Amino acid sequence: MNVSEIQTFEHDVLVIGAGGAGLRAAIECSARGLNTGVISKSLLGKAHTVMAEGGMAASLGNVDRRDNWKIHFRDTMRGGKFLNQWRMAELHAKQAPDRVRELEEWGAVFDRTPDGLINQRNFGGHRYPRLAHVGDRTGLELIRTLQDHGVHQGIHFHMECTALRLLLDGGRIAGVAGYWRETGRFVLFRTSAVIMATGGGGKAWNVTSNSWEYTGDGAALAYEAGAELMDLEFTQFHPTGMVWPPSVRGTLVTEGVRGDGGILLNNKGERFMFNYIPKRFAPETADTILEADKWPEDPSARRPPELLTRDVVARAIRAEVQAGRGSPHGGAFLDIASRRPAESIKRKLPSMYHQFKELAEVDITTTPMEVGPTLHYFMGGIRVDADTQQTNVPGLFACGECAAGLHGANRLGGNSLSDLIVFGRLAGVGVAAYLSDSTSTPRPDDEQITAAFREATGILNRETGENPYLMHEALQEVMSTNVGIVRTGEELQIAVEQLKALKVRAQNLKAPGTSQYNPGWHEALSVKSLLIVGEAVARAAFIREESRGAHTRLDFEGERDECARFNVVTKKGPGGEMQVQKVERADPPEELAAIANATLEDLEGGRVG
Amino acid sequence: MSTRTFKIWRGDSAGGEFHQYDAEVDEGMVVLDVLHRIQALQANDLAIRWNCKAGKCGSCSMEINGRPSLACMTRMNTFGPDEVITVQPLKAFPVIKDLTCDVSWNYEQNKRIAPFKPKPRGRDGEHRMYQQDVDRVQEFRKCIECFLCQDVCHVVRDRGRKDAFVGPRFMVRLASLEMHPLDDDDRIPEIKKEYGSGMCNITKCCTDTCPEHINITDNGIIPLKERVVDRYYDPLARLARLFAGRRVRTKTRTEEQSG
Repeated sequence: MNVSEIQTFEHDVLVIGAGGAGLRAAIECSARGLNTGVISKSLLGKAHTVMAEGGMAASLGNVDRRDNWKIHFRDTMRGGKFLNQWRMAELHAKQAPDRVRELEEWGAVFDRTPDGLINQRNFGGHRYPRLAHVGDRTGLELIRTLQDHGVHQGIHFHMECTALRLLLDGGRIAGVAGYWRETGRFVLFRTSAVIMATGGGGKAWNVTSNSWEYTGDGAALAYEAGAELMDLEFTQFHPTGMVWPPSVRGTLVTEGVRGDGGILLNNKGERFMFNYIPKRFAPETADTILEADKWPEDPSARRPPELLTRDVVARAIRAEVQAGRGSPHGGAFLDIASRRPAESIKRKLPSMYHQFKELAEVDITTTPMEVGPTLHYFMGGIRVDADTQQTNVPGLFACGECAAGLHGANRLGGNSLSDLIVFGRLAGVGVAAYLSDSTSTPRPDDEQITAAFREATGILNRETGENPYLMHEALQEVMSTNVGIVRTGEELQIAVEQLKALKVRAQNLKAPGTSQYNPGWHEALSVKSLLIVGEAVARAAFIREESRGAHTRLDFEGERDECARFNVVTKKGPGGEMQVQKVERADPPEELAAIANATLEDLEGGRVG
Repeated sequence: MSTRTFKIWRGDSAGGEFHQYDAEVDEGMVVLDVLHRIQALQANDLAIRWNCKAGKCGSCSMEINGRPSLACMTRMNTFGPDEVITVQPLKAFPVIKDLTCDVSWNYEQNKRIAPFKPKPRGRDGEHRMYQQDVDRVQEFRKCIECFLCQDVCHVVRDRGRKDAFVGPRFMVRLASLEMHPLDDDDRIPEIKKEYGSGMCNITKCCTDTCPEHINITDNGIIPLKERVVDRYYDPLARLARLFAGRRVRTKTRTEEQSG
């Protein structure tokens, strides 16, 4: 293979992924005068961001003036069980309001308050109504706004193009090898900086809200290039996915249903969440139905327990089902029908109404939904510097779900969309600074490039081999059985062993047909990423011997103080083996620690911070 | 579980034909589920676009028994028990392979539309808009860009006039800008002369097809046509403008630049 014959693009920076984070990063790079390319596995505007429903969290204070960045910061740290990177949580809480206003400047049309401002809704773990939203299709609004703005900024969009490998020169980023899905032809991007914005790896599980694209490519490619991954043991199971019919099992039901008054019931008609209130949240959570029903109209009423953080609600539903109190298809009932008038449900939750009507033949304005936990989000991912989003590999940056740090052990709903726009922008700022300091242009050697392409064509060229779809299913079975919502050391070790065996079999994947638009081939290529990410999650989960946030160990119940002092970092060792280690956390600045640990009364009374 | 027969168009730009597949179908399945099962077990290289599988991304557009549809929202129990299900790519766009086609023309149309141009913020630094004033715009912004409306539009599909009309999707996008309370741009001359509002003859096929139930014709295209009529053809309005000394644009930017 002659490298000079391969189609080649030159960019200052290449963004991998065109969801909210990737688009926001690209807009920032372009605004700073960089020649910016974007590649995306799908068509523009189809990224998984469109699935985000509830809203984006920002302390605009439009609905409740008492809200401010400190309270948002405190909520985020407490939701993340204090394993978040302090600086990231601070930057996020401080900058989110400006990023949301900026979207309005670019044409976004949020729902309005009676006095004409951006409306905000309540969500789990957020003290005040904080989520700017558009009904239950906020993600679509975000991606369309960024897309329609972005196409006029001189960005080069390369659609349906997949990255195969990051290319290095003396340890620095020098390019990306990829292929066009449409033709199967290879393509080379020469670039000194790469921003990963590829999302998570939910497709390693069989019940997931994630689309086919969520195969952990960003984390896997970065890992192969020497980048560190962090916090991968924290995989969020969203408490409310659809459970019936089987073909849509896992599809998301927005937390907005509960934010707008929906309640969870077991098959005895009991509001079981009152039995699952953790001590940490007890002072801020209603403990009787009477009190919960007064919220939010009565300011003295505390929040209903249905709005506890996602990890708590997901485990509660699982426990109810295991105790024999589940719904007919193995979930819980989510009831908004008896709580709100039909017209209001249709207006505030139009997509949910539509989704249940069309896919489950259920009218949510008259009938409760059946819901259960679904793998939804990776809190962990590529380890980055908080201010610049740069990784330990010079020239490699990451933002959005594929980066780690903001959410700690558990993400609050609504903090993801604001994460995308805050850190997407900061990644662009970081790249611009990196490039202005760099004096030479790195060049990858031909050997790396041809090796990447050879590996990919092997899958097409071998005579016989394993079916990539069935291999993917086998991997999902391993992860769902052994690395699920609750875990044990024994099962995690079984997962690691089984993944090792799959890795050997994956050397022999075979995709029939030609390279032109061949989903079997694409599937085979993503299995490689999924195996890396799956193994990293299992190994990280094994060495965190406690239960914290989204990570629950049956053999180590409860949080342990000594485990709050480290994050789990994964990287590729010199011999190609996966190394997992505990990395000591730095002490937070006193001011931030004081805010996070303050009581609400002290913080709101101005006695702290 | 039952066995159902699918006829799937397989081929590429050079040509193709329908292939028959028998697949096991479980309760609650949609067409996309069955296509995935066929792909995994019988035709690994069957090309399909899909993403969210919940009617939110508009990727899995295809023609199912002749009707442009989202495969993820077409339930198997909507077909008769012995009905053969025929699946083929959208007709209005060039096929790439099997059920995928080249929709890049749509992205080119989007790029032709001038970007949103916001009015300045109020003194308090806020943009104020009221819910009743944005309801209509929000209806248009529900669009998931599945391009099914483009596929059924007679101007695009049958008359092949992609040169003269941007299609219903982008009329809706233009309407969302035109009716946006904060947009400060005047787009009427372009809507008439460049995007081809006059080409639509209001058969409302686009509205019937829209999976998001956007009232494309009545709420989007017709009001734009009316604004064009007001600007160019209403003699009373022209007279009133003349007396008031008010001038409005009738030339497009391209025309203004070329004198």
